[in-house]
Amino acid sequence: MTSLLDHAARATPAPLVARMRGLSDRSIAWIFIGPTMLLLLAINIFPLIWTVKLSFTNYRANRPNAEVSNLGIENYVSVLTDPDIWAAMQTTAHFVFWTIALQTLIGFSLAYLIDRKFRGHGFWTTLILIPMMLSPAVVGNFWAFLYQPQTGLFNTIAGFLSGASPSSFSMLGEVPLAPWAIVIVDTWMWAPYVMLICLAGLRSIPEYIYEAAEVDRASKWRQFWSITLPMVLPFIMLAVLFRGIENFKMFDMVNLLTSGGPGSTTEVASITLKREAFEKWRTGYSSAFAIILFVAVFGLANIYVKALNHIKNR
Amino acid sequence: MRKGISTAHSVVDPSPQTRWFASVIVVFYALVTMIPLAWIVMTGFKTPADSISYPPKVVFSPSVEGYCNLFTTRSRQTPEYLASLPPAQGICEQNARNQQMAVAGPSNFAPRFTNSLIIAFGSTVLSVGFGVMAAYAFSRFQVPLKDDLLFFILSTRMMPPIAVAIPIYLMYRELGLSDTRLGMILLYSAVNVSLSVWLLKGFMDEIPREYEEAAMVDGYTRLQAFRKVVLPQATTGIVATAIFCLIFAWNEYAFAVLLTSGDAQTAPPFIPIIIGEGGMDWPAVAAGTTLFLVPILVFTVLLRKHLLRGITFGAVRK
Repeated sequence: MTSLLDHAARATPAPLVARMRGLSDRSIAWIFIGPTMLLLLAINIFPLIWTVKLSFTNYRANRPNAEVSNLGIENYVSVLTDPDIWAAMQTTAHFVFWTIALQTLIGFSLAYLIDRKFRGHGFWTTLILIPMMLSPAVVGNFWAFLYQPQTGLFNTIAGFLSGASPSSFSMLGEVPLAPWAIVIVDTWMWAPYVMLICLAGLRSIPEYIYEAAEVDRASKWRQFWSITLPMVLPFIMLAVLFRGIENFKMFDMVNLLTSGGPGSTTEVASITLKREAFEKWRTGYSSAFAIILFVAVFGLANIYVKALNHIKNR
Repeated sequence: MRKGISTAHSVVDPSPQTRWFASVIVVFYALVTMIPLAWIVMTGFKTPADSISYPPKVVFSPSVEGYCNLFTTRSRQTPEYLASLPPAQGICEQNARNQQMAVAGPSNFAPRFTNSLIIAFGSTVLSVGFGVMAAYAFSRFQVPLKDDLLFFILSTRMMPPIAVAIPIYLMYRELGLSDTRLGMILLYSAVNVSLSVWLLKGFMDEIPREYEEAAMVDGYTRLQAFRKVVLPQATTGIVATAIFCLIFAWNEYAFAVLLTSGDAQTAPPFIPIIIGEGGMDWPAVAAGTTLFLVPILVFTVLLRKHLLRGITFGAVRK
């Protein structure tokens, strides 16, 4: 009997034996990573390569049968020398700066206060976090209602607090106010995000450091500047980077609140890109712009991942 | 100073005054931040006239007109025609008749809402399924170029949606996937799989390797150990990840507005274009918004322990 089994084992091809014992770790690893990679290649990388190809042509998506000619780097040159594009980039930079400044200030202050651990802080924290989970499009759209001159709730409250008549100003229709209308909604939505990350930072500070500072008779003020702030700073940086990347791409809210108006006051990069690609149908040109945006975001993402790993390895 | 209290706490605990001051500010902020949401819910129960009254009405007699207008389309009719109709059935028909209108049929809201549900759940199943497998492989095996692959996966999520939408639009047109649920499910899966891999890798890293190793010593194959030991241990993480994917797909607007227009359109691009007679029908918009937000409110409360992890791709844990 044993000799028969031995014989059978020797006769069975080696890969089959391996399969009977279970797949090797190496093949399991590839089989497990495969589907994710295939999906990303099909939906992200293949289209990306297509975009690069289109960016060197004068292709227009609304005229699929027109003759396509190769333009070389002409699209890139015209994007980078287009004053409208630079205006949009500048608008985007302003948005990113002000939203991040306000969100960091409010977010950190809230986190610091919540970390005083008063009774019921868990409940109020959850309540404060709600706006960031909602759809920027659907909620942003509703803010247009709050911003209605005269009848809007925002105008009524702002008018009541400032003494101005609620019908005397239009948040979305006036050039000086429209950018702030968007900054307010974005801050309302995303200050909780910064708060949550700062709270994690504050809670990561071991209590004994403060105890040691108390023993050394360091003032509360000194403790804040020498212990709290430096130790929370990596977390703040993480939040700032992430908000920076997200707000660089800002689209939903702006599209619904002002669609770039009045004039082009609030026309951020994504809105310009949408106009060029899906309204003017300059597919080649907008592909070049898209690639330039990719490179910018990719650079930011690179820094972001380094920061993530830095925090993780602490 | 009341000594009894100060010695009961450690030296670093905030004083009662500090706590009281902090709680007042935080509670005030929380209440202010809730005003827009409360206003959405309230507006949903106003009549169109009440919704745009000046000054804005805080006290009003509730009406279901907004919800009726959300779910139905109505047409203006002559009194003779209305008189010839059978008696109104249901509160919505009654409402319409009072305004010289008849309900013409259901609106597009229900199908759009259904699309949102199907696309959100479909893409969540795909991205979490793929994510669990990839996360396990990244967590347990020596994968060549592991860090680069992980960075590549994350970087796909950082791309601006409008930029991605240009080639996707062309590709879907070629493949016949434009304005189809399948197309949107694949797209959202691709966007979410990065989050899913990163989050789940964090959860898997926390499960001790010894569990599987013990199971494999007992004669389990690697796959059996994965199925019977690792997956049950990772249930919480998988559920939390799934909810994050659901929320993203549910909330997504940029791809939806550019790539869908009819059959596969989801709720976010639909709600802002609900128009009534003479402009925006704000009570109907508010009603749609309310129904759209309720699932997210529930999920936020369920997820509150894992929120931090989700929004930082698993990097910051409590």
